[in-house]
Amino acid sequence: MIVPHLPIIQVVIPLLAAPICIVMHRPLAAWITALIASWLTFAVAVWLLINVLNADAPILYSLGGWAAPWGIEYRVDTINALILLIVSGVSATVLPYSLASVRHEIPLRQHHLFYAALMLCLCGLLGIAITGDIFNAFVFLEISSLSSYALISMGASRRALTSAFRYLILGTIGATFILLGIGLLYMVTGTLNMEDLANRLPEAVPSRTVFVAIAFLTVGISLKLALFPFHVWLANAYAYAPSVVSAFLSGTATKVAAYLFLRFTFGLFGQVFSLSELPLESILTPLALIAMLLGAIAAILQTNIKRMLAYSSISQIGYIVLGFGMASQTGITASMLHLFNHALMKSALFLAAGNIIFKTGTANLDALSGIGKRMPITMSAFLLSGLSLVGIPGTVGFISKWYFLLAAIEQARWLMVSVIIFSSLLGAIYIWRVAEIAFLRPAIEPYSMKEPTSSMLIPTCVLAGSCVYFGLETSLTVSLARLAATNVISVEP
Amino acid sequence: MPSDVVIRTLAKLLIPFVMLFALYVQFHGDFGPGGGFQAGVIFAAGFIIYSLVFGFKNAKRLLSSALLRWLLSGGLLLYSGVGIACLFAGGNYLDYSTLASDPVVGQHIGIMLVELGVGITVFAAMAAIFYAFESSDP
Repeated sequence: MIVPHLPIIQVVIPLLAAPICIVMHRPLAAWITALIASWLTFAVAVWLLINVLNADAPILYSLGGWAAPWGIEYRVDTINALILLIVSGVSATVLPYSLASVRHEIPLRQHHLFYAALMLCLCGLLGIAITGDIFNAFVFLEISSLSSYALISMGASRRALTSAFRYLILGTIGATFILLGIGLLYMVTGTLNMEDLANRLPEAVPSRTVFVAIAFLTVGISLKLALFPFHVWLANAYAYAPSVVSAFLSGTATKVAAYLFLRFTFGLFGQVFSLSELPLESILTPLALIAMLLGAIAAILQTNIKRMLAYSSISQIGYIVLGFGMASQTGITASMLHLFNHALMKSALFLAAGNIIFKTGTANLDALSGIGKRMPITMSAFLLSGLSLVGIPGTVGFISKWYFLLAAIEQARWLMVSVIIFSSLLGAIYIWRVAEIAFLRPAIEPYSMKEPTSSMLIPTCVLAGSCVYFGLETSLTVSLARLAATNVISVEP
Repeated sequence: MPSDVVIRTLAKLLIPFVMLFALYVQFHGDFGPGGGFQAGVIFAAGFIIYSLVFGFKNAKRLLSSALLRWLLSGGLLLYSGVGIACLFAGGNYLDYSTLASDPVVGQHIGIMLVELGVGITVFAAMAAIFYAFESSDP
C-alpha cells in the first residue's frame, strides 16, 4: 500500500517534521524529531532507488489525483533517485553531528527554529529533485532558498548576517530569473509539465521567446549553482554559516542546482538544441575551466579553513559543469559521479573543519599549528577526504577525475585535460598546506584539548570512510551514474 | 498606550468588521475571489491594529508566543494532515475526492480544510513577524 506513495512520502516527512519541531520547542525534542525525519527520508530514498532500478521505468505520481499535463506530477527516474539519495544521505549523516555542534554555536532558544529551517530546506531540496513540474520546482527552490538564508544567518559570527543577506539578494535575483524563464516557456507552450514541455518545445524552438527563456534559466540556475562569474555569494555564506549548515549545504544545495541545470538544458530543450544550435557549450566550457582554476587559486590564498573549503567548492562546481559542457555520455557520467563524490568529500571536510572550530574556537589556519597531534582522528579524516579532493587513487575523487579525463581525451581536448590535471595539483597545494600546519609544525599553544564528542566524530569518520569505500567499490556509483547519463542522452529528440 | 478617545473608539468599531471580512474572504474563497492567504493577512491586520492601539502587553495576553507557535505550525499540520488523510482514504496525496462518499462533497471539505490551514498559518506568520519587531524573542 505504501510503495506507490513513496514519492510523496519522501517530501512530506521533512515537511511534517518542520512544524513539529516548532511545536516541540525544547531543543532536544526538536533535534530528535529532525533526526528521525531525516533517517526516515534516507530510508525512503534508498527504497525509491531500489524500486526505480527494478522497475526499469520512471515512477510517476500525480498529486491530488490530477492527471499529468494539468496536475503536478512527481517523476522519479535514475537521475533524481541518485540526487535524492545524495541529499537525504548527507542530511542523515549531518544530523547526529548537529546535536553537539548546534548546541555550541546557536543560542538554545533558537534551536527549534534551526531544526525547523533545516527540515524545510531538506524538504525543498528533495522537492526540486523529485518533481516533474517546472513551476513546482520553482516553489520548492524558494522553500529551500528561504530556509537556507535563515540557516546561514544563524552563524555565530555577526558576519553571518551580511553573508546571508548577500546570498539572499543574489539568490532572489537567481530565483526571479528562473521564474521569468518558466513564465516565458509557459507563454510559448501552455504547459508546465517537464515531459509535456520536452515534447512541445521542438515545435516552438525557432522563436525568440524560447531563446530568451533559455537565457534567463541558464543565468538563474548558474547563480544558484555558483558557477564562476556568479560565485561571489558562496564563499562567505559557507564560511560564516554554522558548521552543520556549511556541511549540509555544500553537499546538497549546489548538487540540486546542478541537477536542475541538467534537467533544463538536456531534458527540456534537448541536448542537440542546447549545445549545438545555441552556443551554450562554448559558454559553459570556458566558464567551467576558469572556475576550476580560479577557485583553486583563491582557495590557496585563504587563511580561514572554511573559506578555503568554500573556494574549493567553486572549483569543484567547475568540474561538474565541464562535464555537462562536454555533452558526451562519458562527460555526463563523470558529472553525475562527481555530484555524488563531491557531496561526500566536501561534507566530510566541512564536518572535520567543524570539529576543529568546535574545539579551538577559531577557523584561522595559523592557529591550527600541530593540531594533528591533539585531534588525530579528525585530522586524519580531513586528510583522507582532502586527498580524495585532490584525486589520489583509492578515493572517490580519483574515480570522478578519471572519468573527466577519459571524457576529455575522448574528444581530444588537450587544453581541458591539462586544466583538469593542473587544477588537481592546485588542490594538492591547499590540502597539503593544512596537512603541513596540522602535522609537521609544533603545537604552539598547549591546547588542553582532545577530540570532540563521538556524536561529532562518528559522522565525520563515516563520511571520510565512505570516500575510501566508494573509491574502491565503484560498481554501484559508476553504474548508477552511467544509467543516469544514458537516461539524459536518450531524452534527446 | 495612546489615550486618544477617537483612536480607541474607532479601533473598537473597526476591528470586528476587519475580522468578519477576513472570515468572509476565508470561507467564501471557493465561490469568489479570496482564500486562505488573503484572509490570514486581513485577520492579522485586525489583530495588529488592536495591538497598536491597545498596547503590546494586551495583545500578548490575547495571543501568547506559545499559542502563536502552535497556530504557526498547526495550520501547516492541518494542510499536510488533510493530504495524509487522503492517503489513508485510499487516494493520492491531497486527492480530496476520497474524503467523502460523494467526490464533490469530498472536494469541498478538502479545499475548506486546506484553505483554513493556510489562513491560520499566514495569520500566525504575520503576527509572529509583528512580534519579532516588537521584542527580541522570536
